[in-house]
Amino acid sequence: MTARADKVHLGREHLIGLLRQMLLIRRFEERCVELYSAGKIRGFLHLYIGEEANAVGVMQALGPEDAIVSTYREHGHALARGVSARAIMAEMYGKVEGTSRGRGGSMHIFDAATRFYGGNAIVAGGLPLAVGLALADKMQGRNRVTACIFGDGAAAEGEFHESLNLAALWKLPVLFVCENNYYAMGTALARAQSQTDLARHAESYAMPAEAVDGMDVVAVEVAAHRAVAAVRQDGGPYFLENRTYRFRAHSMFDPELYRGKAEVEEWKKKDPIPRLETWLTEAGLLHADDLPRMEEAISAEIEDAVAFAEAGHWEPVEDLARDVTTPPGRPEREAAA
Amino acid sequence: MTTTTYREAVRTALREALTRDSRTFLMGEDVGRYGGTYACSKGLIDEFGPERVRDAPLSESAFVGAGIGAAMAGMRPIVEIMTVNFSLLALDQIVNNAATLRHMSGGQFSVPLVIRMATGAGRQVAAQHSHSLECWYAHIPGIRVLAPGTLEDARGMLWTALQDPDPVVIFEHAALYNMEGELPDTAGPVDIERAAVRRPGRDVTLIAFGANLHKAMEAARLLAAEKIEAEVIDLRSLRPLDDATIMASVRKTRRAVVIDEAWRTGSLAAEVSARVMEQAFYDLDAPVGRVCTEEVPIPYPKHLEDAALPQPEKIVAAVKAQLGARA
Ligand SMILES: Cc1ncc(C[n+]2csc(CCOP(=O)(O)OP(=O)(O)O)c2C)c(N)n1
Ligand SMILES: [Mg+2]
Repeated sequence: MTARADKVHLGREHLIGLLRQMLLIRRFEERCVELYSAGKIRGFLHLYIGEEANAVGVMQALGPEDAIVSTYREHGHALARGVSARAIMAEMYGKVEGTSRGRGGSMHIFDAATRFYGGNAIVAGGLPLAVGLALADKMQGRNRVTACIFGDGAAAEGEFHESLNLAALWKLPVLFVCENNYYAMGTALARAQSQTDLARHAESYAMPAEAVDGMDVVAVEVAAHRAVAAVRQDGGPYFLENRTYRFRAHSMFDPELYRGKAEVEEWKKKDPIPRLETWLTEAGLLHADDLPRMEEAISAEIEDAVAFAEAGHWEPVEDLARDVTTPPGRPEREAAA
Repeated sequence: MTTTTYREAVRTALREALTRDSRTFLMGEDVGRYGGTYACSKGLIDEFGPERVRDAPLSESAFVGAGIGAAMAGMRPIVEIMTVNFSLLALDQIVNNAATLRHMSGGQFSVPLVIRMATGAGRQVAAQHSHSLECWYAHIPGIRVLAPGTLEDARGMLWTALQDPDPVVIFEHAALYNMEGELPDTAGPVDIERAAVRRPGRDVTLIAFGANLHKAMEAARLLAAEKIEAEVIDLRSLRPLDDATIMASVRKTRRAVVIDEAWRTGSLAAEVSARVMEQAFYDLDAPVGRVCTEEVPIPYPKHLEDAALPQPEKIVAAVKAQLGARA
C-alpha cells in the first residue's frame, strides 16, 4: 500500500470510507450474480469485482459539478459516484423506478443529478461524448472536469485516438481513465496492441499521462487528485492508465477459455479490499468489530435496494413509445426552439 | 440425418471453407482464443492455427478494411463482425470501399470478401445491442446480402458466398444459434439467389427472413387452426430480392403480409411491399400488410421488448385484418 499522501488528507475516517465503498460495490455485485441466477436481472451483466479501487479512488477527486462518462461495466462507478443503490438495482430489474426508467438495464445507468452520463455499451463510444461535454464547459467558461472511463480494449478503436487528439488539440478538460484489466473479452492486451504501455499512446498526443496501480485505492486516489488538479489548472486533458484485473468472467456468458486459473489466483492476491483492510489493521486504524459492523450495514443497504426493486413497477406497455422524442411542452423543447 | 444446431452448422461451414480453400481465413474480434462470441468458431483456432483464425483488436474499421484489401490481393477472407451494432464502426469501409471499388476501378478490382455478423433483438440486451439493420446493407448496390434462417442455409450459404467475386454480407440472427434440427449428412453448399417457399398455402402470403421466419411459421400454425392457410416465404437473399418467387405466391394467394424486425419506416418490408404494388397490384385483394418493430429503441424489460418486436400474434392479427378487407 502506497502511503504517499501528497496533498491528499488520508485520515482514518476517509480511509474507512474508501473501504466501505469498495465493499459496497463488491457485495452489491455478488448479490447481482444471485439475482441473475434467479432470473431477476437479465441481458448482459458485466461485473467489476476486483476493480473496485479504481472507481472509488477516482471519484474522490471529482466534485459534484464534474461529469462522468462510463461503460457497460459501470455499477461500481455509479455507486462510488453516489447514484442510489436502490435506483441502480431497480434499473437492473427493468423497473420504472430505475435510474433510466428500466429502459437501459445493467449497461445503461444514467443519472442527471450526479452528472453520470451513462453506461455506454459501444466500446469507445463514450470518448467522443466526453470530449463534447468538456468542449461545452470550455466554451461556456465553466471550470468543470469530465472524467471518461473506458477499458484497455477501447484503446484499439479509432474513436479513442480521435478523441485523445481532439481533447489535447483543443485543450479540453477531460480526465481519461483507462481501466486496463489486461483483457478485452478474451483478447489479451498483448494480442491487441503493438504498444502495451497505454499511457504512451496518450503521451503521443501531447498530454500528461501516467500509469497507476489500480489494485491500490490510495494510489488511485492520489493519482486522481494530481490529475484533476492538473486539468483544472491547465484546462487540458490528462490520462490515467489504471492497471487492474477483473476476477470474474467478462459477462455471464463467458466460459473463460482464454486465461488460466493460476493467473486469476495470482491477481487475487492483490485484491484491493483485503489489501486496504490489512493495511488499516496494521496501522491500528481498523478495530476488530469495525468490519462486521460495516458488512452488516452494507448488507442492509443492499437488501433495501433489492426490496425497492422488487416492489417497483413494470412500465405499462401502452407507454412503449415513450421517450423516443421530446414531447411538446417540455422545457428542453422550448429551449431548443 | 444428424441432429445439430444452427451454431454447429455455421461452424461446420467455416471448417469446410478453411479446409477447402487455403486462401480463406477467418478474422474478427474474439474468433480465436475466446471461441467466438456466439461460440461459432470454438475450437477452430486449434485446427487451423492463429494465422487463419485470426483474433483482431477492437478496430472494426481497420480489420474490415484489411479484409477488403486482402480480398483484392487474392485471399478469400471471412470477416466476422461481432454484431451488426458494432458494424456501424465499419460502415465506411463496407459502403465506401467494399461496395464501390469494383465499379470505381472500371471493373479492374473486385472484392471477394464475406462478412458475417450477428443481428437482431429479443435477448434483453437493450438498445445498443439489439439492432436489425439488414435493410441498411440491402440498400447498397455492390454487395450481396444474405439472411440464413434455417440450418441448411447456415450450413450451405457460406461456401457459395465465398465463390462470389463480390462482397457478401451474411446476417445470422442471434436468436437462431441455439435452434436445433435435423441436417442431412450430405448437406452442403446451397444457392444464394432464390427465396424459398417454406410452407405452401392458398389464403395469404407471409414474407419473412432470418429468425422472423420462425415467427411467421408459428403464425401460420395458429392460422391453420382457424382454417386459414398461409404460404410462408423465406426471402433468404435480401439483396438482390427474388421478385419472381414473391410475385408467384402473391398472385396465387392475393394477399401479403411482410414481417421484418427492423423499424417500419424505411424497412425492407417497405421495399417488398412497394415491389408487390408495382408488380402485382391488380392481383391483390387487400393492401399489403406489414408487421415490423415499433418505432422505439429496443427497451430492456422483457414485456416492453416483446411488445416492440414482431410476434406471431401480431402476424395473425395482420392476416385477419387482410381477410376482413376481403371484398
Ligand atoms: C464497438 C464494439 N465492438 C465490440 C463490442 C463487444 N464488446 C463488448 S465489451 C468488449 C471488450 C472490451 O474490453 P475493454 O475495453 O478492455 O473493457 P472491459 O470489458 O475489459 O472492461 C467487446 C469486444 C462492443 N460492445 N462495441
Ligand atoms: Mg479490459
